[in-house]
Amino acid sequence: MDLIQPAAVDELCHAVAAAHVVVAVGARTQWDVGNPIDGAIHHVTEVGAPAGVIEFDPAELTVTVGGGSSVAELQRLLGAAGQECVLDPRSADATVGGVLAVGLSGLRRLRHGPLRDRVLEVRFVTADGRLVKGGGPTVKNVSGFDLPRLLVGSMGTIGVIVQATLRCQPIPPVSRWFSTDAPPEEVRARLFRPSCLAWTGPTLHVLLEGHEEDVEQQRLDAGLDPSAPPDLPDGTCRGRVSVAPDRIAALADALDAIEALEWSAELGVGTVHVAAPTGASLAAARRAAEPLGGWLLRERGAPELDGWGRDLPNAALHQRIRDAFDPTRKLSPGRMPG
Amino acid sequence: MAVSSALLQDLHLAVGADRARAQPLELALYARDAGTSAGAAGAVAFPRDTAEVAAIVRVAATHDRPFVVRGSGTGLAGGATPVDDSIVIVMTQMNRLLEVDAVERIAWVEPGVLNLDLTRAVRHLGLHYAPDPSSQQACTIGGNVATNAGGPHCLASGVTAAHVLAVEVVLPDGEITILGGLEPDTPGLDLRGCFVGGEGTMGIATRIAVRLMPDPPAVRTMLVDFLSIDDAAATVSGIIAAGIVPAALEMMDAQITRAVEDFVGAGYPRDAAAVLLVELDGLPVGVEIDATSVHGVAMANGARSVRVAASDAERALLWKGRKSALGAVARIAPDYYLHDAVVPRTKLVQVLRQVYDIGARYELTMMNVFHAGDGNLHPLIVFDAREPGIWERVTAAGDEILRACVDAGGVLSGEHGIGLEKRDAMPMIFGPDDLDAQARLRDAFDPGGRANPGKVLPAGSRCGELHRAPEGTWI
Repeated sequence: MDLIQPAAVDELCHAVAAAHVVVAVGARTQWDVGNPIDGAIHHVTEVGAPAGVIEFDPAELTVTVGGGSSVAELQRLLGAAGQECVLDPRSADATVGGVLAVGLSGLRRLRHGPLRDRVLEVRFVTADGRLVKGGGPTVKNVSGFDLPRLLVGSMGTIGVIVQATLRCQPIPPVSRWFSTDAPPEEVRARLFRPSCLAWTGPTLHVLLEGHEEDVEQQRLDAGLDPSAPPDLPDGTCRGRVSVAPDRIAALADALDAIEALEWSAELGVGTVHVAAPTGASLAAARRAAEPLGGWLLRERGAPELDGWGRDLPNAALHQRIRDAFDPTRKLSPGRMPG
Repeated sequence: MAVSSALLQDLHLAVGADRARAQPLELALYARDAGTSAGAAGAVAFPRDTAEVAAIVRVAATHDRPFVVRGSGTGLAGGATPVDDSIVIVMTQMNRLLEVDAVERIAWVEPGVLNLDLTRAVRHLGLHYAPDPSSQQACTIGGNVATNAGGPHCLASGVTAAHVLAVEVVLPDGEITILGGLEPDTPGLDLRGCFVGGEGTMGIATRIAVRLMPDPPAVRTMLVDFLSIDDAAATVSGIIAAGIVPAALEMMDAQITRAVEDFVGAGYPRDAAAVLLVELDGLPVGVEIDATSVHGVAMANGARSVRVAASDAERALLWKGRKSALGAVARIAPDYYLHDAVVPRTKLVQVLRQVYDIGARYELTMMNVFHAGDGNLHPLIVFDAREPGIWERVTAAGDEILRACVDAGGVLSGEHGIGLEKRDAMPMIFGPDDLDAQARLRDAFDPGGRANPGKVLPAGSRCGELHRAPEGTWI
């Protein structure tokens, strides 16, 4: 298999145009999320986006970066100016292009919103090898249709993300994890915009960000104890359930009944991380989520399971968008249903 | 021009005779929004539920007639202006607040609910709906979704797209579906994200789930006054550079400050060259610390005074001044033309100077009242349309302002949308392949091209549309 990672974007355009099948590759830290590339397809060209920071002006609170840059490298640069970009992948080795293409939000979504809200402008290479810009570089922009949000979470099926302009923010003066065994609804009612509420049933982990005295006062108000960051469920087989946040309690009861399944639910968001030694437990978690209107995305392991476990909603509309951008399905075929 | 009697008859079947009309007076009323472009409506329909919207859309399909959806018509870009005798679908009768979940902070609303009515309805729960366009007393949530509307408080909390979780949509072929959901992620592409800001070209929102925000425990509203507009702009950059993202950071120049003070009497300094309205919110200590920093940055940049609102009433009065700016302008001249470009925050001083220069060159009164914190300029050209030749000057000056903003690395619109008004300026910031990609997305939602055609994308945006004349041809 060829891996092409040119320094110049027009070289990438030529490579994509000429290739039979194109798979955009980052650091492969989320390679098992969703479905694998259709194994029956031959002559696959793997392409990587250029790396490097293109523009960073701290006074703008934005950064423009090549899709091949690692998140760790980006945060180092921003951190030196007292800023960060809330991307929060589980592995900081992930590339910016990869994080955006896979589209999974991190643990601070409760306060900072989903990953897609970070992206101001995106540049991507289309199936026929054209470089397209969507969005714009300013922090506020409604000029034209929202191609950045189309690309976030598109799993490489719309285009190869080569560059993005992202919204940054000042790093909060303090950022601390706490824990408590108190009922989560009581704790929640006492907190103002916590950054994360990760609940495992017996324990609630709380992330508070802000000025020191405010964080301390919130801690006292809610009766929280200092804590290390929570360990998210991790195992041979891993997935994330998406469920309406008011169904988390019901889901938790069902998950507790599944053998050897660890789970951690982001309260107020509806993301529930699950992990187990076997695919059977993951499948059971999926079955538990479905009657509650939720669904499970396979993140790792359990190759016998379908990555998404269901057809896409609005299948016809999805089909038309895919047809419009990639009529021959040459971009990352198989990773997303349809 | 009115539509055929067969089409009107079908509309009567869809919504009843009293809510589908084609009388000349009504067609004239719905031929435009609050912007400058006038169109032509073929019929006007007032649905009361999703099924009726779908029925109207199917009538449009049967008769191959375009349709345009409309909320309160407060849009400034011609997004709701009907072209080609469209059926205008007015959503104001679908104005029920359907459901509020105070624990998960989610509200389901019909699209005709007024923006401010939503916040009023959830105030007793300690919640609010964050996007707050200046027209929030009149504009609808559905219209906000179509334009991806902003407002002063979008600086910290984001524009409409960040607050919409799910939308029930009647697609342009009449199918009813849900885009997005209350679950944090839906399988596949972010169709909800594509739809918000679609300016009515991708279908019609019939129910909307929005995120509500908790009211902050502490709020500090400050009015800072300057003897130079450059100092005010430098203060804006200084605040952001100090690592503070206020809840709102608004700027008003000398002329608009005087106009507002004469109109509202909010205690704005009539002799200031510029004022900043800065609002900080959050937990009390952080607000206090940031307020001290803002005060310091302002004084270091030559502020004459910093007035802190001492009560909720005073705070409301200060905001009333800001949000009444357009009303205040009416006392100066009968007409105004409002721009909405965005520039990088560090280019504010430079672009503002250019805006005043352009005004001087065209002998036009130029006022500036805008969302300084995110670089969203609102140059306001005030004039009397009865003056001969004035409109040509106003539009020429407007084009130059847009050019200056784009040259500074900016974009065409921060919150009003493109509609008809800025459609033909899109090639200033997008190349042919960029526009083609946007057209592909729009056409995937609306293969028949009936949903608000002719908006946002200029003619020739689709690659297949490029009709290049052979060399040497006279055209």
